[in-house]
Amino acid sequence: MARLIRTEKEVEGRFEEVWLAVEEDPLTQWPAGPRDVVGRPAVRKTGPERARGEARYTADLRLPGMLHAALLRSPHAHARVRRIDLAPALALPGVRAALGPGEAPGLDEEAGFAGAPVAAVAADSLAQARAALEAIDVEWEVLEAVLDPEEAVARGLLLGEPRRYERGDFERALAEADVIVEATYRTQTVLHNALETHQAVCEWVGDTLVVYISTQYLWGVREEVAEAFGLPRDKVRVVCEYMGGGFGAKNGAGEYAFVAAELARRTGRPVRCALTRREENVAAGNRNATIQKLVVGARSDGTIVALGGEFVNAVGWSGWSSSTEGPMKMLYACDNVRTVTYGARINTPPMKAFRAPGFVEGTFGLECLIDELAARLDIDPLELRRRNDAHTNDGVPFSSKNLAECYRLAEKHWERRHEVRARSDATWRYGVGMASQIWYGGGGPPSYAWARVGSDGRATIVTAMQDIGTGTRTAMAQIAAEELGFPLDRVDVALGDTARGPYASISAGSSTVPSMGPAVRAAAADAKRQILELAAQRYGLEERALDVRDGMVVSADGGLSVAVEEVVGLLESGQILGKGARGPNPAGMSVLTFGVQVAEVAVDVETGEVRVLRVAAIHDVGRIVNPLGARSQVEGGIIQGVGHTLSEQRLLDPETGQVLTRTLDAYRMPTIADVPEIVCEFVDRPDEHLTNLGSKGLGEPPIVPVAAAIANAIRDATGAEVRELPITREEMLRALAAARERERRGAPAAV
Amino acid sequence: MPELRLRVNGEEHVADVPVGTSLAQVLRERLGLTGTKIACNEGHCGACTVQLDGVPTLSCITLAHAVEGEVTTIEGLRDHPLVQAFVRADAVQCGFCTPGQIVSAAALVAANPSPTREEIRHRMAGNICRCGTYPRIEEAILTWRD
Ligand code: FES
Ligand code: FES
Repeated sequence: MARLIRTEKEVEGRFEEVWLAVEEDPLTQWPAGPRDVVGRPAVRKTGPERARGEARYTADLRLPGMLHAALLRSPHAHARVRRIDLAPALALPGVRAALGPGEAPGLDEEAGFAGAPVAAVAADSLAQARAALEAIDVEWEVLEAVLDPEEAVARGLLLGEPRRYERGDFERALAEADVIVEATYRTQTVLHNALETHQAVCEWVGDTLVVYISTQYLWGVREEVAEAFGLPRDKVRVVCEYMGGGFGAKNGAGEYAFVAAELARRTGRPVRCALTRREENVAAGNRNATIQKLVVGARSDGTIVALGGEFVNAVGWSGWSSSTEGPMKMLYACDNVRTVTYGARINTPPMKAFRAPGFVEGTFGLECLIDELAARLDIDPLELRRRNDAHTNDGVPFSSKNLAECYRLAEKHWERRHEVRARSDATWRYGVGMASQIWYGGGGPPSYAWARVGSDGRATIVTAMQDIGTGTRTAMAQIAAEELGFPLDRVDVALGDTARGPYASISAGSSTVPSMGPAVRAAAADAKRQILELAAQRYGLEERALDVRDGMVVSADGGLSVAVEEVVGLLESGQILGKGARGPNPAGMSVLTFGVQVAEVAVDVETGEVRVLRVAAIHDVGRIVNPLGARSQVEGGIIQGVGHTLSEQRLLDPETGQVLTRTLDAYRMPTIADVPEIVCEFVDRPDEHLTNLGSKGLGEPPIVPVAAAIANAIRDATGAEVRELPITREEMLRALAAARERERRGAPAAV
Repeated sequence: MPELRLRVNGEEHVADVPVGTSLAQVLRERLGLTGTKIACNEGHCGACTVQLDGVPTLSCITLAHAVEGEVTTIEGLRDHPLVQAFVRADAVQCGFCTPGQIVSAAALVAANPSPTREEIRHRMAGNICRCGTYPRIEEAILTWRD
């Protein structure tokens, strides 16, 4: 029976209290290590259709009679629409409808940033819609714009109350510390820039609104759209079979979906609303900039006794203040911690979750600070981290934690530093740095799956989840195949449609495998039990003496060995239907992911050029389902992290608040030529307390420590302290000059 | 509207298309060849790469009426061994960049069947992959004939 509980649910580091009906999870975990299918490399289920250009993305959808929408955006960082005249636009050829402020969610009279949408037009062609925007007559009342996050904090312009945290007696501990290191770190605003821009096609079919959308969360979109249009949830159908990347920016509906739905309602025709790349660079979300004033106090033996931080998140006009202080609270065993976090509400484009929001930024600050401390104490940075490894999360036990094992596996990479440094010459300096990783990634209920086995002996897992490009279908098929005892090529996964499957979790917060995997396994187990029931009756054997292996129903004594299709084939068109639900997370435990990365860099001290040569990543995320896909996740995260560290930066005009970097030429993401050698290892131990699977998520952990590992390697190579991202040549040369100046004055490395 | 004649993947097409229409748009909107993706529409990402007489070309900034010669899109390369090589190497995450990557890579291996890592990095640098499949792409191109 389902048990009704009130519990905390975490997504992207944010917690909320929810009611949950949790079903018990009677399955015991498989033993550690590779199984028949799970734990072995599997190529992607939909790899061929994607590679051959057959996979149909939202961007490829063309419905009969479809109109194209375009959005009018504010040219001002803060302004109010005093008067708007849509009539001249409506009079233009091909224009079918127009919306002003207040006529669809997301179109507001008050524009809080340059690029905020205020009006929309639908026309027969996109060119006509764009031309019509020019004809809209707007009278703006320009309002005061605040662009500087520190000014916003000083003036109390905040999103929510400042978040304060304290344990122990921070002041006293700091006063008693042998060594204190203080530093301010800054991280820049970076953009997701998934290759498929944010977009939706909406169509009304009878009284049902069908939303085709590039999304990470079908059910979240369904709820938002249903609420906005006052519809019962089941009258909104959300579809996304293939999607071209999200990285956190596509966790909800967005104005493009609301606008398309409203224009479709008014015109009676399907409407597509797709952001251009330039709009994507302005108004599709970002990893917000941060300012982190940090302090650490330690005893001379390396014991960290006090950690403090004042964090400013430059959230933008809306969004949330992410957990930049999280790593400082959780990574080390420090009794005295004090943090305060401000979410600055400024007139800049709103943030959205971006691959471990807050923790990427916070880990850069904290892990650079720890290395500065190691230098001051003259303790090996790996040793310092080991000495301060946390054994509980603020008193709460970990469901599993193998960070010490990650450190052990990192030794061989860390050892390379002597040889790497020795490559230095007068121009190029070489060095090695490390950083640890902590993040969530435990997932949670609710999530459901069905398993359907037909008389052909094939299984289809049906669940309304989305595959955002992380290899979800493949991992789910592996889990089902393992449980069913089927070869992997006899299992398919049908997903991507809220009308055609049960509720499934968001694909964000590294939650897909830990949330969905146990539900899929439970559904497969239910189906398998029914197959064995049939076989037991058909062959007059005891059910518990039977099993399915490699697609064959076999008896323990070896007397029976028949193909599954022979058993299920008895049903002809009949099918076996299994269902499964995600069980609860372990009560009173902290489910987290861990890891460490070791980076090797070369720095040209004359030009400030930084090259990342090698990154070794060791992560502890429980059981690995697909080592091939897991490696791709790690590589992808590290490459995005290299961009974050060295080249990516959204620039604003400080006068007008306009985004200056609107193209992929101006906003510089890594290319294949920028990729370091990447070595990827896993601890691969199931979390014995977490579900029937023991797996945590892996989408986010790999990006978390990248920037700090690189910055620490740069310090190792040059003695320069980079405390600001991105580490452009300019920033590198500044840090080198500061280091030379310090040396000249004989001052200590950090005060 | 001026008549447009295009040879795409070995087939002749005739269509009335306004002057100024990009090749990418004609392929996607008129010919239904949506394997060619548009991710920036201004020549910065490589998602829309097609071959013109075997040469990788950004179709989003190529005027359809200016095209002479044979256009090859991903649809014309579906049976190229690179497709399987990409899948084997796990060089496909979201897949939105992948058709463009394969069209570029096919031109590369046609000119040089055994490119070095350096050559791959040089010739593929115009195709952005935000998911970061680059190490896998390198491996796929190094092993495409296996
Ligand atoms: S879509 Fe043509 S280069 Fe980006
Ligand atoms: S696979 Fe997603 S952009 Fe390349």
